[in-house]
Amino acid sequence: MTDLIDRPSDLAAEPPHGGTHELHDDHHEHHGPSGILKWLTTTDHKIIGINYTVTSIIMMVIGGAFAEIIRAQLVSPTNTLVSLQQYNQLFTMHGSVMIYLFVGPFAFAGLANYLVPLQVGAPDMAFPRLNALSYWLYLTGSITMLLGFLTTSGAPAFGWVGYAPLTSAINAPGAGADLWIGALLLTGFSAIFSGVNLVATIFYLRAPGMTLFRMPIFTWNMLVTGILILLAFPVLTAGLIMLYCDRHFGTHIFSVSGGGVPLLWQHIFWFWGHPEVYILALPFFGMVTDIIPVFSRKPLFGYRGMVFATLTIAALSLGVWAHHMFTTGAVLLPFFSIMSLLIAVPTGIKIFNWIGTMWGGQVIYSTAMLMSIGFVITFLLGGITGIYLASPPLDFFTHDTYFVVAHFHSVVMALLMGAMAGLYFWGPKITGRMLNERIGKAQFWFLFIGTQVFTLPGYVVGLHGMPRRMAVYPNNTSWQTLNQWESIGALLIGISVILFVVNIVVAWKKPVIAGDNPWDAHTLEWYTTSPPPHHNYLSLPPIRSERPTWDFNHPDYPALIHGTDHGPATTAATNEKAEV
Amino acid sequence: MMPIGIWRLSTRQCHRGSELPQVGPESLRSDAVETVALSHGSSVADTSPKRRRSARRALLLALAAPVLLTGCQLPSFGAYEGVSKAGNDTFKLWQGFSIAAVVIGGGTFLLILWAAMRYRAKGDKIPKQTQYNIPLEIIYTIVPILVVIGLFAATVVVENEVVANPTPQATINVSAFQWGWKFTYPHHKAVIVGQTTQSPVMVMPADEDVRINLRSLDVLHGFYVPKFNFSRYAQPGLLNTFTFKVTKTGLYDAQCAQLCGLYHSLMYFKVRVLPRDEFNAWLAREDSKTSTATAVAAAGAVDAALNPNIPTIPATSHGAN
Repeated sequence: MTDLIDRPSDLAAEPPHGGTHELHDDHHEHHGPSGILKWLTTTDHKIIGINYTVTSIIMMVIGGAFAEIIRAQLVSPTNTLVSLQQYNQLFTMHGSVMIYLFVGPFAFAGLANYLVPLQVGAPDMAFPRLNALSYWLYLTGSITMLLGFLTTSGAPAFGWVGYAPLTSAINAPGAGADLWIGALLLTGFSAIFSGVNLVATIFYLRAPGMTLFRMPIFTWNMLVTGILILLAFPVLTAGLIMLYCDRHFGTHIFSVSGGGVPLLWQHIFWFWGHPEVYILALPFFGMVTDIIPVFSRKPLFGYRGMVFATLTIAALSLGVWAHHMFTTGAVLLPFFSIMSLLIAVPTGIKIFNWIGTMWGGQVIYSTAMLMSIGFVITFLLGGITGIYLASPPLDFFTHDTYFVVAHFHSVVMALLMGAMAGLYFWGPKITGRMLNERIGKAQFWFLFIGTQVFTLPGYVVGLHGMPRRMAVYPNNTSWQTLNQWESIGALLIGISVILFVVNIVVAWKKPVIAGDNPWDAHTLEWYTTSPPPHHNYLSLPPIRSERPTWDFNHPDYPALIHGTDHGPATTAATNEKAEV
Repeated sequence: MMPIGIWRLSTRQCHRGSELPQVGPESLRSDAVETVALSHGSSVADTSPKRRRSARRALLLALAAPVLLTGCQLPSFGAYEGVSKAGNDTFKLWQGFSIAAVVIGGGTFLLILWAAMRYRAKGDKIPKQTQYNIPLEIIYTIVPILVVIGLFAATVVVENEVVANPTPQATINVSAFQWGWKFTYPHHKAVIVGQTTQSPVMVMPADEDVRINLRSLDVLHGFYVPKFNFSRYAQPGLLNTFTFKVTKTGLYDAQCAQLCGLYHSLMYFKVRVLPRDEFNAWLAREDSKTSTATAVAAAGAVDAALNPNIPTIPATSHGAN
C-alpha cells in the first residue's frame, strides 16, 4: 500500500496556472492580485467559502439582534419598546435573515464550499467562476434585504413566509417588500448556482479511489442537498416573479378580486419551503455525522444506513409541503400526515446511528463533540414535537401558536449547535489555528442551556393558547412568566454568540498552531496542510475506505470493509499518532 | 386554572394516585427505557435474572395499560381538555402521542446520555472498530415504522371526527376582517361586529352541532379558540365550514392566530356558549334591537366594499325560531 502514499496528485503536479510553480506552494497564490483585490476577484473555493461563512455569521448576529429586541419586547404584556409595526418588521426580518441569509448560505455555500472539494480530493469546485458569482449574488441579496429598513415604509412586515394577500401592493405598499422580493430572487439564484456546483463537483471531480460509498457523510449530504436545491429553489423563484407581477404589473395571480387564488402562494412557497427545511438541516446532519466518529475514535456506525436515510428524507421531503397548510381546510390531510410522520423513521435511524457510533467508543468531550451531542439532543426534541404537528387534529390547535415556534426553534437551534460544532472542528483546518477549548465549552453550556430555557416554556405557552407574532398580549400571568423565561433563554444564547466572537478574537491575537490533523480525524481533508495549499493537495493518500486519512495514520488497522468488524491488529496502534 | 409548566403537569397524580403509586407515566417511562436498552443488546444472550426482571416489568406494563388508557389516569401533558366533543377527542389523541413521545423520546434521550457518559474516553486506547450491526439496524427501522403506522391510525380516527360536518342545529356565519370579526345568524337580524380590543362575542348554543361558515373579507386570518382545541384559516375567496358541539357552557377567549397586518396582536373575540333556551332568548333580544338594522346595513356595506365576490352562503339553520 505504501507505493501510493507519496504519489502526487495530477492536479498538484501540474502547475495550474501555467507558471513555474511548484509543489511547495504554501497557502498563498504567488500570482495574480493580492490583498483586497485578491478577495474581490478570487475564484478559489476556499476563499469563497470563507467569504460565505463570515458573511453568513454576520447575518446571524444581525438576525440574532432582531431576536433579542423581540424577546425584550415580550418581557411584559403591553411593552412599548417597539411599535406594533416595528415589531412586525422585526420578526419578519428576523426570520428572513436567519433562514435566507444565515442558515442556508452558512451550510450549503460556506462550509460546503470549503470542504466538499477537499473531502472528495478535488482542486476546486467544478465551476469556480459560477461559484464566485454565487457569492456576489448572495452578498448583494443580503444587502438588498436589509436596505428595506432604510425605505420610508420600512422593512416588510408580512412574516418571512409572506402569505398572500398580505403581500399585495395594497396591503404591503412601499419599497421594503420589493427589496425583500429582489433579495430572495438574488439569493435564490445564488443557491441554485451553489447547488449546480455541488452536484457537478461531487459527481465529476472525485479523486481516484473516492467512490460514492467512500465519500464522507457530509459530502453525501451536500450531494443530496444540491439536488434538493435544484428541485426546490426554482419554484420559489417562479413564485416570487408572480408576486412581483401582481404588485407592479396588474396581474391577479394571488388576488381574489381578479379571479386569482391566494392559496396558490402557500402551495408554491411550501413546495420550496419544506424541502428547504432539509436543505437547511442536511448539511448540519452531515457535519455532526463526520464529527461524532472522530471524537468516539470509531468509524461511523451504519454508514450505508445513514446514506439511505438521507436519501429517504430527501425523497419524502418533496411530498410533505402541505403539512404547513392543514388549517387551510383545503388540503388532503391523511396523505400529508402519513408522509410527514414517515420522515421520523429515517431521522430516527440517523439518531440511532449517532448513538451507535458513540456506543463502545472512547468519547472525547471536545467542544465540537459537546456541540454535536447538544445538536442530537436538541434535534431529538424538535423532531419529537414535529411528530405531533404531523397529525392534523393536533396541528389544528397548535398551528400558529408558540408551540410551533418552539418546535422549529428547537430544530434551528440544534442546527446552530451543529454550525458551532462544524466551526470548532474545521476551524483549525481553515485557519490553521485552534479555537480555545475552555471558552468553547463555556459557549456550549450557554448555548445548550439557553436553548432549552428558550424553547421549553414556548411549548407550554403555545399550549396555553398564545398565538405567534404578537407584539402585545393579554395580561395573563402564565403567559407573561413563560415569556420571561423565554427571554432569559434568548439572553443566554446571545451571551454564547458573544463568547464565540471572543474566541475568534483570542485565536486571532494569540494563535495556537493547529497542525494538519489535530483531532486524529478520518476524512481526506485532514491529510493536507492547515490551511490547505492552493488547489488543496500536494499528494493524496490511498483511498480505500470512507476514512482515508485515518487508514493512512493507522496502518496496522486494516481498512474498513463493509459488514465486518476488525479488532486492533497490534497493541502498537494505541500510540499511533503518525504525522502526514 | 392550568398550572404553569409541562414538567409539573406530567407528574400530576390522579385522585386515586395514592392507591397506585407505581402506575403513572414515570414508571411507564422507566419500563420502556429498560425495554429499549435490552433490545439494543439483544444479540447477546440475556442473563436469566435480567430476563425475569424484564418479564415482570412487561407484565406490570400490560396490567397498567388498561388503567392508563381509560383517560382518567393520564396527565394532560400541558394541553386543554377541550370543551367540545371533537376537542376532547383531540385531547385524548394528544395524550396518546405524548405517551409515545415520552417513552420513545425519553428512552432515546437516555440512550444518548448513556452512550456519551458511559463511554467517555479513558486513556488513549483505540476501541473496537465496530461499523455495522445489521439486525439492530433493521430493528430500529422497522419498529419506528410500526409506531408511525399506529400514530397515523389514531390520527385518522380523530381527524375524521374533527372534520366531520354533521347536519347542524344552528349556523353562524363568521367573517374576519382587518382587524375584527363579524358574526351573523341566518334567518335572524342579529349581527355582532367588533374590532380589535372590543372583543365581539360569538354566542352559540351548547350541546348542539353548530356550523361555522368562515370566510375572510381581506387577508388571511386565523379563527382560533384555544379551549375548543381547534383553529382554521379564514381565507378570502374560500369558504371554510366546520362544526362544533360544545358540551360546557361558558365564556371562552379566542383570537386571530394568523398574521394579518398591523393590529394582528389585538384581534380578539370571545365565544359565549349558552344553554338552548338562553340562546333563544338572546337571539330574540338581539333581533328586536332597533339598532341592528343599521348594523346589518353597515356590515353589509363593509362586505361590499372589501370584497364584491363573496359567495352567498346558503341558509342551513334549522332551529332558533
